[in-house]
Amino acid sequence: MKKNLVVIGNGMAGARAVEEILARGGSDIFDITMFGDEPYGNYNRILLSNVLNGSQQEEEIFLNPIEWYRENRITLHVGVYAESILRKSRCVLGADGTIEPYDKLIIATGSRSHVPSIEGVTLPDGSDKPGMFVFRTLDDCREIAEYAKGSRGRAAIIGGGLLGLEAARGLQSYGVQVDVIHRAQHLMNQQLDPQAGAILKATMEQMNVGVLLGKNTTSIMGEDRVTGLRFADGSVLPCDMVVMAAGIKPNAEIGKRCGLQVQRAIMVDNQMRSVTDGDIYVVGECAQHRGHVYGLVAPLWEQAKVLADHITGRNPDAAYHGSRVATKLKVMGVEMAAMGIVEPVDDRDEIVQFTEPKKGTYKKLIIRDGRLVGGILLGDISKAAYLMQAFDRGTPLPEERLTLLFDIGAPSKKVTIEEMPASMQICNCNGVSKGALMALVKAGKRNPKAVMEASRAGMGCGSCKSLVNEIVEFACGGEIEEDPSVHYYVPGVPMTKPDLIQAIKANGLKSVSAVFAALGGGKEDAASKPGLASLLSTIWAAEYVKESDARFINERVHANIQKDGTFSVVPQMAGGVTSPSELRRIADVAEKYQVPMVKLTGGQRIDLLGVKKEDLPNIWRDLGIASGHAYGKTYRTCKSCVGTDFCRFGIGDSTTLAIKIEHKFKGIDTPHKVKMATAGCPRNCSEAMVKDIGAVAVEGGKWEIYIGGAAGAHVRKGDILCVVDSHEEVLRYSARFMQYYRENAKYLERTYGFVERVGIDTIRGIVVEDSQGIAERLDAAIQASTEAYRDPWKEAYAAERPAEFASLLAVIQ
Amino acid sequence: MSATPVEVVIGPLSLIPPGEGRNFDVAGERVAVFHTRAGRVFATQAACPHKDGPLADGLVGGNILICPLHGLKFDLSTGDPIMGSCKLKTYSICLNNEGQLVLTL
Repeated sequence: MKKNLVVIGNGMAGARAVEEILARGGSDIFDITMFGDEPYGNYNRILLSNVLNGSQQEEEIFLNPIEWYRENRITLHVGVYAESILRKSRCVLGADGTIEPYDKLIIATGSRSHVPSIEGVTLPDGSDKPGMFVFRTLDDCREIAEYAKGSRGRAAIIGGGLLGLEAARGLQSYGVQVDVIHRAQHLMNQQLDPQAGAILKATMEQMNVGVLLGKNTTSIMGEDRVTGLRFADGSVLPCDMVVMAAGIKPNAEIGKRCGLQVQRAIMVDNQMRSVTDGDIYVVGECAQHRGHVYGLVAPLWEQAKVLADHITGRNPDAAYHGSRVATKLKVMGVEMAAMGIVEPVDDRDEIVQFTEPKKGTYKKLIIRDGRLVGGILLGDISKAAYLMQAFDRGTPLPEERLTLLFDIGAPSKKVTIEEMPASMQICNCNGVSKGALMALVKAGKRNPKAVMEASRAGMGCGSCKSLVNEIVEFACGGEIEEDPSVHYYVPGVPMTKPDLIQAIKANGLKSVSAVFAALGGGKEDAASKPGLASLLSTIWAAEYVKESDARFINERVHANIQKDGTFSVVPQMAGGVTSPSELRRIADVAEKYQVPMVKLTGGQRIDLLGVKKEDLPNIWRDLGIASGHAYGKTYRTCKSCVGTDFCRFGIGDSTTLAIKIEHKFKGIDTPHKVKMATAGCPRNCSEAMVKDIGAVAVEGGKWEIYIGGAAGAHVRKGDILCVVDSHEEVLRYSARFMQYYRENAKYLERTYGFVERVGIDTIRGIVVEDSQGIAERLDAAIQASTEAYRDPWKEAYAAERPAEFASLLAVIQ
Repeated sequence: MSATPVEVVIGPLSLIPPGEGRNFDVAGERVAVFHTRAGRVFATQAACPHKDGPLADGLVGGNILICPLHGLKFDLSTGDPIMGSCKLKTYSICLNNEGQLVLTL
């Protein structure tokens, strides 16, 4: 019969311990039940500051979604606080009345924010004071963001440690003025010495974060909400919100109440069992081992492994001997690494140091008996990997101490994958070593995607992804087995693009639903629909059978959805040329429909923003201008300079060319958006060299055609496809390239990725030299698409489909 | 305190093209109603719990819905998120003999 294993705590420690237990066949030994105080699955707490500053979405930081618990047959009491442990009757009581009997128990309750006893933290009736926050959970994160959004004022963070600085970075993105209040005389005094702290302070101040040192907060001012802070020296700082980040406090009370020995946290032996009760294991921030309570993830991973080895009987001799704490982190964009002691302890300790405050660089190593016992790297952490390894293993250091800080003389020598020890940690977010990655490859996971999914390496901050790729490649002996799904055009139909096109043509499939029925096993996949719709429109042009539900909302209502569910309307303005009467009509429409914002776009057009869905057809009718297609995965627009008409440098008529381009390509579906430009001379004022397709006039009446340029999130100068003599040739080669891109790019692959992947020489061969003899067919195909064009705005006045543009339907009762 | 369930006839199924969703004002409550290509109907809260995205404007495939703003996915039959934390409120909905959608509040 299986034993009952109950786990109190569903944070990083609790869930990790359970994963390690499952990996050792734990589900055959135990029926597992978990209590989680928070109403979610398990998430990566380290990344909360990314959620706060908006660089990651909430859902990206989840480690185990609710399904994981179901799949592993774990009973999860989600949102249930475990109130007490009855050791005599061996059961755990939940706050909702749940009783769970246990044979073995794991306490992984973690810790909470330490709120120092300061006057005025709460309202007189004991409730939370509005504007007062801690920063520990996803809910804290949401509340802080919500409050900061409304305030636009000033935020004070109490605590200048890692957490406080992370909170400062997060809050800055809401436009509030942030001050960090720290009791000690320098920032991050746990990890840094005064000199490094001072450099960090200067860097923070440059980023407009105030830093107040040596300040002891005595009270939070404000009757019914936070209005300021008062310090022991009598000074005052006005502020609208306060975030407490003054350290953490282990949640050890549950252990104390049931009689376990507790000092700062619950005391454990080398097997991670309570020193009082051998059936109760403790892991993570609520455990105290040999006097140490660890607040970082790396020790927690080590503890979880020992615990799992022991509790499953896999290795009864498993023992935890404490962790040497070394961390690499990025605070407010400043990279740093810290390990071991911060200051020398006695005369034996040798210091090697370098400082360059202007650049924010600081390096300090403390060496004892030729071995590294402490180190701080700030600004430049290129030597961190080597030093952290030397620190962790206590290996003897080279005599030439300078080489510890810099790569001198020789080009920087990277530790090769082969030299890297198996125990070296590759993914610091999820604690995965080189050895673990190698083992997975050996076990048959022969491509990076499979290894990452199995180990979760690279799934945290993602900074180790390329290293994981290299290791997998090395482990496979260079023979990576490709994951076939990376070549699928869309995830829901298991075919590459050429195979898919062939199958669509052979079976005469003209609608997205027909493709799912014939090639997708009858199963509809929501995410695959827009890609298929785009491809079908490319293949069939006028014969393509439109199905509105297969399109993203933008392409259903021919406008771009905005954050509040309203839309933006961009009328066509070929070549960026307009007229007084057209402008007057746009102005009249903007007034009539009370359009909240009228703005010029980056593509030389006019954008009407904040339009209600139900107003769209009327606006289009009143405008009487065709759609500018500023919303779809299509050709978007063609920018141009004034060319020869007025410019005294112009050598080619770029404006007329841009207008011709607009009329040839408007509304044509492409794998991703296609932006174009024409420039009347090599001064390139319209930025044609960084467009998907650009034409630049050069001396002698010639035009250079550039393809694969980009100047968005990715910046790339386009490659020259060819040099031609006329507008007509620019149109012909642009069109031929566009059709080749339409037929061969993956869905959502921009031209810059496509041109790099296929290679400019290959593309030039096909498009210019017709090396495959398909030029004529490509020309005819894109011509058919041009001819199949209908202005979607004009077609939509009729609104033949039910309630297409209604944002809310009334119920007739 | 829970009120007794009220059944509201919200209109014919033909109001919603297959594979799409529409919003309804049901006794002051905004409800998104979906009609899948397999012929099933579902009803959920109208705004995405993440950032208030208009769910009725999302993409539907099988029983899965993708929010148009940031791509969060939900199972329409249960309201459960595919990844992530926020669950959708769902309503019981069916077709009566006259082909009218009937929602239970």
